[in-house]
Amino acid sequence: MRPVSYSRVADVATAIGTVAADPDSTFLAGGTTEVDLQRIHVARSKRLVDINDLPLRQVEELPGGGVRIGAVARMSDVAQALPVRRRFPMVSEALLLGASPQLRNMASIGGNLMQRTRCGYFRDVAAPCNKREPGTGCAAMTGVNRGHAVLGTSEYCIATHPSDLAVALVALDAVVLTQGPAGHRQIPADDFYPMPGETPDREHPVAHGELVVAVEIPPLPMASTSNYLKVRDRESYEFALASAAVAVSLDAGVVTDVRLALGGVATKPWRARRAESVLVGAPATVESFRAAADAELADAVSHGMNAYKIELGRRTIVRALRTVTGDARMVSDDGNPP
Amino acid sequence: MSPVLGAALDRVDGRAKVTGAARYSGELNLPNLAHAVLVGARVPSGRIIGIDCRQASVADGVLTVLTHLDLPRVAARPKLFPSLFGLTAHGQSFFPMQDDVVHYAGQPVAMVVADTVERAEHAATLVQVNYAETPSVTLLDQGRDQTYEPAKIFGGLLPGRNPTRGDPEAGLRDAAVRLDVTYRFAANHQNPIEPSTTTAVWDDLDRLTLHDATQGPTATQLSVAELLGLPPTMVRVVSHYVGGSFGAKALIWAHPTLAALAARRVGRPVRLVLSREQMFHSCGHREEQEQRIGLGADRDGRLGALRHDKTSLTSHYDDWAETSLEAPAVMYAAATYAGGYRLARGNTITPTFTRGPGAATGMFALESAMDELAYEIGVDPLELRLRNHTDVDPSTGNPWSSKGLRECYQRGAELFGWSGRDPRPGARRDGDWLVGTGMASAAYPVAAPMNPQRARARMYADGSAVVEAGISEFGTGALTAMTQVAADGLGLPFDRVRFVGGTTDLPNIAAAVGSAGSGATSSAVHLASTGLRDQLVGQAVADARSPLHNADPAGIVVRDGRMCLRDSPQTGETYVELLRRNHMPDVEALGVWQPTPPDGGGHGMFTFGAQFAEVAVDADLGLVRVRRLVGVFAPGRVLNRRTAHSQLMGGMLWGLGQALLEATRMDPHTGRWANASLADYLVPVNADVPDITIDTIEVPDSVVNPLGVKGVGEIGIVGTSAAIANAVHHATGRRIRHLPITVEDLL
Repeated sequence: MRPVSYSRVADVATAIGTVAADPDSTFLAGGTTEVDLQRIHVARSKRLVDINDLPLRQVEELPGGGVRIGAVARMSDVAQALPVRRRFPMVSEALLLGASPQLRNMASIGGNLMQRTRCGYFRDVAAPCNKREPGTGCAAMTGVNRGHAVLGTSEYCIATHPSDLAVALVALDAVVLTQGPAGHRQIPADDFYPMPGETPDREHPVAHGELVVAVEIPPLPMASTSNYLKVRDRESYEFALASAAVAVSLDAGVVTDVRLALGGVATKPWRARRAESVLVGAPATVESFRAAADAELADAVSHGMNAYKIELGRRTIVRALRTVTGDARMVSDDGNPP
Repeated sequence: MSPVLGAALDRVDGRAKVTGAARYSGELNLPNLAHAVLVGARVPSGRIIGIDCRQASVADGVLTVLTHLDLPRVAARPKLFPSLFGLTAHGQSFFPMQDDVVHYAGQPVAMVVADTVERAEHAATLVQVNYAETPSVTLLDQGRDQTYEPAKIFGGLLPGRNPTRGDPEAGLRDAAVRLDVTYRFAANHQNPIEPSTTTAVWDDLDRLTLHDATQGPTATQLSVAELLGLPPTMVRVVSHYVGGSFGAKALIWAHPTLAALAARRVGRPVRLVLSREQMFHSCGHREEQEQRIGLGADRDGRLGALRHDKTSLTSHYDDWAETSLEAPAVMYAAATYAGGYRLARGNTITPTFTRGPGAATGMFALESAMDELAYEIGVDPLELRLRNHTDVDPSTGNPWSSKGLRECYQRGAELFGWSGRDPRPGARRDGDWLVGTGMASAAYPVAAPMNPQRARARMYADGSAVVEAGISEFGTGALTAMTQVAADGLGLPFDRVRFVGGTTDLPNIAAAVGSAGSGATSSAVHLASTGLRDQLVGQAVADARSPLHNADPAGIVVRDGRMCLRDSPQTGETYVELLRRNHMPDVEALGVWQPTPPDGGGHGMFTFGAQFAEVAVDADLGLVRVRRLVGVFAPGRVLNRRTAHSQLMGGMLWGLGQALLEATRMDPHTGRWANASLADYLVPVNADVPDITIDTIEVPDSVVNPLGVKGVGEIGIVGTSAAIANAVHHATGRRIRHLPITVEDLL
């Protein structure tokens, strides 16, 4: 390994000051991705500032039904926290369907939001990659891209965003709270993840030395029956081929409100606004769900091995909506089960 | 035989393994240890036109940087040869860093040695290599127009074309029902948890000790000695515990010799550990391949013809194909048969053994085709197998050494609940899941080494015994099973016997490969133990002071260390009494087993089994989840029911991985594996493991070896993937003719 210095800090101000002062430094929380990336030379920080001692581990109920989650809280602790399980089960499910128990015991919420893509070419320093080295090209376009994105892609990058948690947070209009040398910021989760466009190396708006300190999820009563569906090749310890976070409010069989976001198929945690707009006011039927899914994937672009993800994305949306609205009511026009 | 043989005893090394007391080759703390790290070629084909080690050489802690310009030439060109035969056992006929040619991506082009592994890893990134890249072939499709039929495969041991029986073309032409289908297989990697590792230590007398993770300590010794130009007497290999292998450590690759060369250069002990990524291009793999099956049958499904052709990718310098045709050729009583291998040369390391080599793919092809035939003619798939069952080896007409397959079918069908199966595809539904069942036959050759297999038994005057043979323990439970064999042979309680392996100082046993390890080792251990027992009995009957004086040795039995007359058990004495009375500190015997010739002395030698699977396929999402597996096998004698059960279950889970998850994917442009990590190369996790039922039919076998042990190492994988694929067809009506079967196949 390259020479790397390490220090451990106990308060937020020192953490920010230390990193801000050294352009080759970075924060180290659970380290479950950061250390791997350092070892394979994709991350090249020379100073790691350990923030695990920062007082940012709490999960707090906010007045009115929201929740605030500290950035250094562990995935496993947040998944089990009662306010999260009761108010936002999709968050708890997304966390529990991610990684493995050992990783969840170490990985932090802030680190989860900041995690890098699993694209094999991004992680292979010998391969061209516009995200890792701008201007070198994208090997995934014509390479092994079975896991790559079909939504939000550009001719520069088709890497999939790997986080399950972020999908749920985008669906819930969560806000990422940061603190940096320039003060405090509140960044809506959807804005936290830009599209790759011509600059796939710009993965978030967080400046050097700026620290994610918390995530706030605003109240959403219908989220108490929300869920997270994750489709993957094996039953555990794997990233999504497609996933959906969904919450629906019904009135007499008609959708009055809906939140839907997708993972595994897009370059960022993908808020499915087209699908949402099709669904609001529509009857909660499989036909409506299919129409919503078709609308959402209408502009999807595939690159060979990932062509299946367009149809898989549609079906994942339909299944997630069927599940959250209750299968019992779901009979299609021909009278057969969907 | 005493009850200890076959008993489900706990592993003798279980506590040491779970507490970390068991030391693996990469865990030894030696004074002054240095660390070597390999630099692999980034291109799959070309020449090195420049290599700049200046930065790396001056990096902190670096002791030396070696390239093809300064690595000593090896004393002999390695020759690929399977390690089962007890000779040198190089994995490929190529040794790296001898010239500037790059044959495959990942081929070692430089080696950095430093005082810590972190410094060596860092310096390895500083080696600058420039290549003149040339066009490459890394996928079967890229080499398809230049395939050839090899004269020999498998290190020159097997013909490139199997012996033809009768006139299969006429058999196919005249058949009432014909099937001609092609099955494709992704490349697979073995991926043991412990990566390959060697620690090399030269002593003051220029003798080399290698602490190596290997399936065959002697194979490492002979192979490295040959490359270094040393007599085997100057090379000692120590390999007590190995953290899994699955074929990756069956043959001897470049790294042990490179570690030895590095240690000699820096004058310190050197450890070389392959990284996980390097494991994907340093120890072979199961080659990407396709297999075409032609079946000709009458209306009742009786086979008149079987044609089986395989095409696969091999390296530029070896004609390697895993022997996929071997088991299918003898599975059924087809009147006519033809089968052969075709190869395409590619920019790849020579492929090698991987989990159930040959049979795992060959039997997928045959058993998938048999299922297709069953549906074609409307016969129950199990009934179709029974109609084509053969009581003789169809390739020779010879009898089987033992079989037990009918019993496996019957028991498996009972355990699974096969009878009354509704054959209609897509007829069972459970919520969103389509449910189906499938079955397949399993067969795996019973191989034996060619060279004599040896073990040594020594009893001390206190009645304890140590039995030794030069094997490593790579997870199979061999140390436990061999302790049982020794206790049985000596007539001692299990806890009075210690079995020791792990170095080439001990009597020679061939590498434990091809499911032959327990057969070979148990034979030598049995002969050594019974030989020592007979020696002690002989001494007792010759001893005027013994109660057994002048008794007929054939009438003497030994139980719990006491020799007595079978018909008059009160007459006898213990080993301890005999030895103490005669002032003997110990007694020793060597057991030597000369294995059965490869043709079984006129017998067909295979292990058989039957596999059943129930799967659920998500009707919308295409997910396949295995709900139940039942496997019944006839592996001859079982030495330890618990470890055998574990091996068979592990094998079936390999099959689950082969069926649904495992694929090493080649980037067509870079010529490199694109998923060389355990995050991207998927194997089953606990959550994927279904309800698994395993049973064995213990068939006596007096041909294969003294105890009739046919081995349980690999039969578990054979047929599992076919049973799962056949169940997927039953669930969905879709016939997927490639592995692995993934979501996109079923949307």
